[in-house]
Amino acid sequence: MPTTTQKSAFWKGFAAGAPFVIVVVPFAMLFGVVATEAGLDIFETFAFSTVVIAGAAQFTALQLMQDHAPVWVVLISALAVNLRLVMYSASLTPHLGALPVWRRLFVAYLIVDQSYACSVAAYEKSPQWPLMTKLAFFMGTCTPVLPLWIAGSVAGALLGQSIPPEFALDFAVPITFLAMLAPMLRTMAHMVAAVTAVVLALAFAGLPFNLGLLLAGLGGMIAGAEVERRVTRLEVPAQ
Amino acid sequence: MSSDVTQDYSIWLVIVGLGAGSFALRYLFLGVIGSRPMPAWVLRHLRYTAVAIIPALVAPMVVWPAATGGAPDPARMAAAAVTLAVGLISRNVIASILAGAITLYGVLYLLG
Repeated sequence: MPTTTQKSAFWKGFAAGAPFVIVVVPFAMLFGVVATEAGLDIFETFAFSTVVIAGAAQFTALQLMQDHAPVWVVLISALAVNLRLVMYSASLTPHLGALPVWRRLFVAYLIVDQSYACSVAAYEKSPQWPLMTKLAFFMGTCTPVLPLWIAGSVAGALLGQSIPPEFALDFAVPITFLAMLAPMLRTMAHMVAAVTAVVLALAFAGLPFNLGLLLAGLGGMIAGAEVERRVTRLEVPAQ
Repeated sequence: MSSDVTQDYSIWLVIVGLGAGSFALRYLFLGVIGSRPMPAWVLRHLRYTAVAIIPALVAPMVVWPAATGGAPDPARMAAAAVTLAVGLISRNVIASILAGAITLYGVLYLLG
């Protein structure tokens, strides 16, 4: 089997992250536009996207400020939208937890939907990769996505307009994530986890603070783990 | 458009607070657990994080797209179904993105 060097792992990660450019650029530009309309200057918009790197939470914070919510409500609500990042961190820990602290600090800062989804998909396919190869892949996935998140925010703020809705780029988000998801559905347990999560996400869509997403994610994880446990017990009968 | 939020809020408090809070969420497990072994049942659940959270993230966007004001839209439904189907069959991310995009623009064009 060909070995994956760190350099080639970085470029594999880069290729895995690249399709998300069509998602990140319009979304970032839209953030720049909305932030400018809310009164942020270019430097504040740049800092917001650089420090927080979480689109949905940034939009939530802006919206609540425009609704004149108290500042603690702004912070708590936007952080609630980001609670899924805890699950991403937990899910990456078996793969990247052995890194030295300063590298873990850096990885943590760079955890977003795209870097997480691409990396976990690759780690499940190649669990034998050494630690530094896994890190190189993760850094590769961030490289096309995160600089463009920041640049796109600034571009939106400067231009004052995003990509027109006729291009239907709103739907790039579901398409890229579904394309990412499909190859990960390899077992019955994966399927059950995904279907459970979809049903719960739709059922709980009305809950505030994005809590429906969290409940659906946890419900899907429990369902998947339970199916795996039962299947394993059937395959390996007690001695 | 609307009011200037920087008049009413310390925008830097929001930026720094949200940045620090988000970082804490991202670092929680990587930093606190690190390389310590986790129990088998926890690892078993974590194996399903991605396949649960990604569909949960996407499902409402497919069923109630923001672009149509939340009205279910045949073009977006078809595009999502084709993306998933091509992905399951081909296991190829780029092929399924292209198939989904062609379906989306194709149906949007046909339905005018």
